[in-house]
Amino acid sequence: MSRPRQPVKGVDPNLLISDAAKLLPWPSRRLFLRGATSLGALAMLTGCDIIDGPTSENALRVVSNFNDWVQARLFSETALAPTFPESAITRPFPFNAYYAQDEAPDIDGDNYKLEIGGLVDNKKPWTLDELNKLPEVSQITRLVCVEGWSAIGSWQGVRLSDFLKLIGADTKAKYVWFQCAEGYSNTIDMPSALHPQTQLTLKFDRKTLPQAYGFPIKIRIPTKLGFKNPKYVTAMWVQNNDAGGYWENQGYNWFSGL
Amino acid sequence: MRAHFAKSLPMTVELAGNSPALPDTAAGPLIHPLWVRVTHWINAFAMLLMIGSGWQIYDASPLFNVIYFPRHLALGEWLAGALLWHFAAMWLLVVNGIAYVTLGIATGRFRRKLFPIRFGEVIRDLGAALRGRLAHDDLAIYNAVQRLLYLGVILAGIVIVLSGLSIWKPVQFKWLTVIFGGYDTARYVHFFAMASIVGFLTVHVALSLIVPKSLRAMIFGR
Repeated sequence: MSRPRQPVKGVDPNLLISDAAKLLPWPSRRLFLRGATSLGALAMLTGCDIIDGPTSENALRVVSNFNDWVQARLFSETALAPTFPESAITRPFPFNAYYAQDEAPDIDGDNYKLEIGGLVDNKKPWTLDELNKLPEVSQITRLVCVEGWSAIGSWQGVRLSDFLKLIGADTKAKYVWFQCAEGYSNTIDMPSALHPQTQLTLKFDRKTLPQAYGFPIKIRIPTKLGFKNPKYVTAMWVQNNDAGGYWENQGYNWFSGL
Repeated sequence: MRAHFAKSLPMTVELAGNSPALPDTAAGPLIHPLWVRVTHWINAFAMLLMIGSGWQIYDASPLFNVIYFPRHLALGEWLAGALLWHFAAMWLLVVNGIAYVTLGIATGRFRRKLFPIRFGEVIRDLGAALRGRLAHDDLAIYNAVQRLLYLGVILAGIVIVLSGLSIWKPVQFKWLTVIFGGYDTARYVHFFAMASIVGFLTVHVALSLIVPKSLRAMIFGR
């Protein structure tokens, strides 16, 4: 990704690196193209110089940015993700993160407040009680993971576009950035934030969102891959700069639309 | 003389194509026009990238417990790298593929070379091929087994691109995902299309090595 990245607010970068190091074959995300004996290297014929080098990686990033542009144009504000009957819900719905379930953030709902910032008129933090009093929408949709698997879940909460209007957000801004309790973060494009199915989710299967699925708040975006659906959300900022995200910064495509 | 060597010498010699031999190879009718050769080799390159990165992506969430692709055969080192390769090489594959199929139809090459395919001839030529008695006197004329396989791999190519599109965009192109039986089924369709193409490639590459003049024709046209 060549677009400028801002340091993620309130996140210890060392923590991120140590998290990533557990998952990645190499301690640095800049080495993801290593693999000299691969089919691709065979295709390149010239071997590992090109395939390992920064030239190849930079070229791939340029194409990935181009794919962001293509996907933003393919995205339709009115095209809805398919919905399913209750009988189609995947049970048990999988827990998925870059850490084990017992390491998931344990947030005290009574003292929780959703922090609001950026290009917003009313930056008053929101308690869970206040959020639960807002009009509720519901969806049964398919969550598609970047790994390929998918699962159908039932989510209830506040339509994010309604919430953005309620707090006086500048919906002409380019991005909405989410900060999560464990250090995760996501930036999404404003058109996706305003999509009618994008939801500030407070419940799973009509019950308070369980810890495994992101208590107290998940942002459910059925038009994006699962990693673009942040859990354990603690802050939301409306802004014009792209603050990146946990996985996006490690090479996953930024837009990741479905 | 040249043709005699081609039968007995290893591939590398044939590929290297000693320049004094080139005037000899330039004789005879053109078997593959330039557009066929260019699109063929671009396609070969794009398919290696797509298959290599696709194997790495598959490993992130395998469809079959017993099928797993070793990392040293796959491309991209880990999921993010493989996805970047896959969604970059797809443009090369699709743009080149559209050019190939359009020209194949517009020039009448597909109609002339691949049709008709008669069941009886396929059985006859398959039997001859398995006994090693299939003649390759005229490379410009495909036998019935070749016609069936070439048509089949073109169709598999179309299926793999469309099923891939339906996995990539199951919301924006949800009608396409429905055609492939839904998101999860579309992944199996995509996998089996890949398996068919890899199966074809195995036979195709093996036969081009057994009949090296066919490889020469795809490089030099004659």
